[in-house]
Amino acid sequence: MDHPILRRSAVVVVAMSLVLAVAIFAGVRYGLMLMIGLGFGLALEGLRFGFAGPWRAMILRRDPSGILAQLLAIAIVATVALPLIDARGGELMGAEAPVGWAMIGGAFVFGVAMQVVLGCGSGTLVNAGSGNPVGLLALPFFAIGSFAGAYHLIAWTELGALPIVRFTGWSGVAITLTALAGVAFFFLRQAAPEHRRIPGRYLVAATVIAMLAIANLVVAGQPWGVVYGLGLWVAKGAAGAGMDLSGSAFWAASGSMERVQSSLFTDYTSLTNIGIMAGAFLVASWRSGGFSQKLPQLPLRAWLATIVAGFLLGYSSRLAFGCNVGAFFSGVSTGSLHGWVWFVAAFIGSIQGVRLRPLLGLEARK
Amino acid sequence: MTRLTTAGIAMAMLVILVSADLLSAPPNPYQQPAIVALGSGTASAGGFCGALPE
Repeated sequence: MDHPILRRSAVVVVAMSLVLAVAIFAGVRYGLMLMIGLGFGLALEGLRFGFAGPWRAMILRRDPSGILAQLLAIAIVATVALPLIDARGGELMGAEAPVGWAMIGGAFVFGVAMQVVLGCGSGTLVNAGSGNPVGLLALPFFAIGSFAGAYHLIAWTELGALPIVRFTGWSGVAITLTALAGVAFFFLRQAAPEHRRIPGRYLVAATVIAMLAIANLVVAGQPWGVVYGLGLWVAKGAAGAGMDLSGSAFWAASGSMERVQSSLFTDYTSLTNIGIMAGAFLVASWRSGGFSQKLPQLPLRAWLATIVAGFLLGYSSRLAFGCNVGAFFSGVSTGSLHGWVWFVAAFIGSIQGVRLRPLLGLEARK
Repeated sequence: MTRLTTAGIAMAMLVILVSADLLSAPPNPYQQPAIVALGSGTASAGGFCGALPE
């Protein structure tokens, strides 16, 4: 017998117990990070906020409302994070990475793949947690791709990269906010007149996501990220199965090896990833009829495309030094030039991905 | 089949991941860092998507 109130209460109790257990048995900071991850999951699924969907809305319907909300969230984070990192650089770090050929190519491929499965880094976790079968199938291959991309990362960066360029302190805030306003103006100019506004739901979501991202930085000392954690899960499994990781300059590095051998509950991105999935599950179980939707009837090529796109999401995001979260959201909001370059390359890739999706049978839902 | 099945599979995958990890690398609460990085006086040592290995 299924009683909605009992089921919902049980899910909340389990989630809170998990946070408490992590805080007691791993450390209070790690419990807080799991709670922040749960917050991300609750906000993303509860307020139907994401990255891939709004980009698709802009490309197909000239509706920039979701992108404007993303830019607003980034602006809020940048205004707090850049001065904080400048003042406490020994404790807090930004999402810094170099612009390079592999980085640009990786961002482009990520943009294509995220429109094929209609899920980005955070979106795939949310989709899987809320029972979307495409997200569920893509997720393990995303993780395998992230592991493989990291495995080959050093070789790819040798194709050529610029030194890291960062906008710091209050001048960084001014540059970042001006650039964000410029991008917002560009999308508003391209928008259909009826879409030139941000719905209240998106304003709330942008504010909540920004607050959680700032909390992530303050508690962990590093910005919100997704793909590192997914690759780490596979690296731990591979090492546990006896695979020799010494052939990879990335996984054989001392810091990487230490994290492979440590508990997942001490890895920040793993904790927020787990929290995002659990938070999305929580919302779906709470929402009336959240799990009653029948699974789509998709052709075989759609499932095969999901597997390939899932792998490419992981592989390309490692070459691009992050996904929509680690590179775009956190990169731009902590002043790294690569975040802006990622945005342009991934958006161009998304235009191709939107065209590709129906050809792969992923919109033939009955 | 509904989303209840696939969401259940997703949560089962998480439980398996966490359980396997607890068996192979149990956390040590006596080595925990300061509650919050800001003000701790120590640099973040976590893995991140943008970081190259040193």
